[in-house]
Amino acid sequence: MLKVSDLHAEINGKEILKGLNLEVRPGEVHAIMGPNGSGKSTLSMVLAGNPAYTVTGGSVEFYGKDLLAMPPEIRSHEGVFLGFQYPVEIPGVSMMNFMRAAVNAKRKYFGEGPMSAAEFLKLMREKRSIVELDNKLASRSVNEGFSGGEKKRNEIFQMAVLEPRLSILDETDSGLDIDALRIVAEGVNKLKTANNATIVITHYQRLLDYIKPDIVHILYKGRIVKTAGPELALELEERGYDWVKRELGEE
Amino acid sequence: MDNAVKQYIDLYEHNADTIDANSAPVLNASRREALSVLRHNDLPRKGSENYEIIDLPEILGFDYGVNVNRIPLPVNPAESFHCGIPRIATSLFFIVNDRFAETPESRRLLPPGVEICSLRQKALDDPELVKKYYNTLANGENPLVALSSLLAQDGLWIRVPKGVKVENPVQIINILGGADNMLTPLKVVIVMEEFSEMRMLLCDHTSRSNSNQQLLQTFEVYCAPGAHLDLYGLEETSETTRRLSTLWLRQEEGSAVVVDGMTIYNGLTRNEYHCKFAGNDAELRLYGMGIADADRLIDVYSNVEHNCDRCLTDELFKFSVDDCARCGFTGLVKVAHNAVKNEAYQSNRNLIGSNEARMFSKPQLEIYNDDVKCSHGSATGQLDELQLFYMRTRGLSEQEARMLLKQAFMADVIDKVRIPGLKERLTHIVERRFAGETAGCQDCQLDCEIH
Repeated sequence: MLKVSDLHAEINGKEILKGLNLEVRPGEVHAIMGPNGSGKSTLSMVLAGNPAYTVTGGSVEFYGKDLLAMPPEIRSHEGVFLGFQYPVEIPGVSMMNFMRAAVNAKRKYFGEGPMSAAEFLKLMREKRSIVELDNKLASRSVNEGFSGGEKKRNEIFQMAVLEPRLSILDETDSGLDIDALRIVAEGVNKLKTANNATIVITHYQRLLDYIKPDIVHILYKGRIVKTAGPELALELEERGYDWVKRELGEE
Repeated sequence: MDNAVKQYIDLYEHNADTIDANSAPVLNASRREALSVLRHNDLPRKGSENYEIIDLPEILGFDYGVNVNRIPLPVNPAESFHCGIPRIATSLFFIVNDRFAETPESRRLLPPGVEICSLRQKALDDPELVKKYYNTLANGENPLVALSSLLAQDGLWIRVPKGVKVENPVQIINILGGADNMLTPLKVVIVMEEFSEMRMLLCDHTSRSNSNQQLLQTFEVYCAPGAHLDLYGLEETSETTRRLSTLWLRQEEGSAVVVDGMTIYNGLTRNEYHCKFAGNDAELRLYGMGIADADRLIDVYSNVEHNCDRCLTDELFKFSVDDCARCGFTGLVKVAHNAVKNEAYQSNRNLIGSNEARMFSKPQLEIYNDDVKCSHGSATGQLDELQLFYMRTRGLSEQEARMLLKQAFMADVIDKVRIPGLKERLTHIVERRFAGETAGCQDCQLDCEIH
C-alpha cells in the first residue's frame, strides 16, 4: 500500500530525512522507534502533507498513486490518517461541526451526498464507544480544555470515524497514564483489519505491549537503519540506542 | 470650508423652508447651530486624530441628493419585506430611508405605554418631551452630528416607560433604497425610563440597486437608573453603501447596557460610540465585529467615560480583514480622578487574511486614579498554520478550514448576543459571509420591488 523510496525532506532549510525507505502492506502494524531528533515526527508530517516541510528528493507511492503530489485533504480522503503527537486545539469550532465537515468532505470526494443528521449522530455514538469518549466532549471546541488522555482518545475517535487505510500514530502514548494508554491501544486494535495498516511511532516499548507490531524499524539520523521483528523493540528497551549507534560504527 | 460641506450647506440654504416644513420645530431648532459648526470647521481628513482610515471630505464630497421633499419610495416594505432574522417573535417596525413604517402586527406584542414611532410625529405631538432629549447628548461639534442635524427631517423615537419590561425583542429594519444617489440623515432617540427593560435589534439593509447610498445616523440613548437595554446593530448593506453612524449613550445609576455593532456586509462604515456613566454601579458591554474583504472599509471609534464609582466596561471588537480591505479601531476608556473602584477591560483582536489587508488599532486607557481594575490590549495576526493543517488532515479543504477558523474567530462576539434565536441566525449569517455568499436576507423580496 505504501512505498517510501529514498525520501529526503527538510524544514527551514535543515535536512531531516536523508534517504528513507519504507514499505507497508495491508494488515501490517509497523513500529518506528528512534532517539530524539532522528526524524520520526518529520516522517509523519511529510506523509500527511504538512506544507511547512519540503520534500527535496525521493518518492512516496500510496496504492500506486503519488502521495506527495496530493494536498493533505486528498491524502485523508485516499485513506491516510495522522494521529498527532500534540493534537491541535481549535477554539470556537465544535467537535460536532468539525467531524460533520470531515465526514461530508470525504463523502463528497467519493461522489456521495452529505450524511443525514440522524445517520451522523448514530455514527458518532458508535465510534465514541470505541475509545470510551465522553459525549460531553462532542459539544466542546476541538481539543480545547481536553486532558492529555482525552486529546489522544479524540485522535483515535477521529480515526475510527474516518476509517483510514493507513494510520500513522505519532507518539500516541506520550502524556498518557496507564489506563488511558490501554483504552487508546485497545481502540487501535479494535480498528485493525486485514485491509488496513498502522505505523506506530514511539519512544518506548510500553505501547507495543498493547499494540503488537509485526515489524519494528529504527529511525536514526533520517534513515531507517535497522528493521526486524517485534523482538527488536524489546532489545531497544533493554539496551537503549547506543548499541545501534555502535553497530553503525558511530561510537 | 470644504467643497464637500459646501454642497450640503447650499442644498440646505436653497431648501430651508421645504426641509423645515417637512420636519418639526424641535428638529428645526438645531439647524442654525449645525450650520455654524459646519461653516467654521473643516471636516477631518484621513490621518487626523481618530480618523485613521477614512477621509470625510472625500466621502461626503460625493454628489448625493437629499430627499428634502420626502417623496416616499413606491413600495410598502412592511408588506413585502420578509427578513429571516431572527425568526423569533419580535415587534417589527421599518424605516425606509427616513420614513417610519409599521404593520398591523407590529404592536401586537408590545406592552402598553411603549412608544415606537416617527421622531417627527412625536416632536409634533409632544414637542416638550422630545425637546428634553433631542440633540442634548450628541455633541453638536461632531461633524457627523452637525451634518445630520442640518438636514435630518425625521427618524425614530422610542420610549419605554418606568418599570416596563418589554419581553419580546423590538426589531427595526432600516432600508436604504431608490434609484438615485442619496444621502439619508436619520435621528434616533431612545429613552429608557427607570427600571425599564428592552432588547432591540437594528438591521441596516440596502436594496440591491446600483445607486450610491449614504446613511448618516445619530443615536441618542438615555438610560435612567436601573434601566436595562440591549442594542444590537447588524449591517448587511452593499458595496455602494456608506454608513456614518454616531451613538451617544448616557447611563444613570445601576443601569446595564449592551451595545453590539456587527458589520457583516458593507461598502464603507464608520461607527462611533460615545458612552458616559452618569451614575454609580452601571455596566456597559460594548462589542462589535467587522468582516471586510475586497476594498471595504470599517472604522470603529469608541470613547467611554468613567466619571462615577463602581462602573464596569467590558469592550471587545474583532475584525476579519481580507483582500485590500482596511479596518480601524480607535478606542479610549477614560477613568476620572474621583471615580473609584471602576473596572474597564478593552480588547481589540484582528485577523488579517492577505498581504494587502490593513488593520489600524489604537487601544487607549487614560486613568486618573489608583483604585481601578483596567486592562487594554490589541492583537492582530493570521490564521494558525498548524490548525489549518490539522483540519486538512481530517479531509477539510483549505478553503473550508479557513472558513471554519474565521467563523470560530467571531464565535465569542456572537456568543455575547442575548436574544434567543439571534445567536444561531448570526452564526449562519457569518458562515454564509465567510463562504463568500452575497449579502442580503435570503428571504428578502424587497430588492426586486424597490428599484
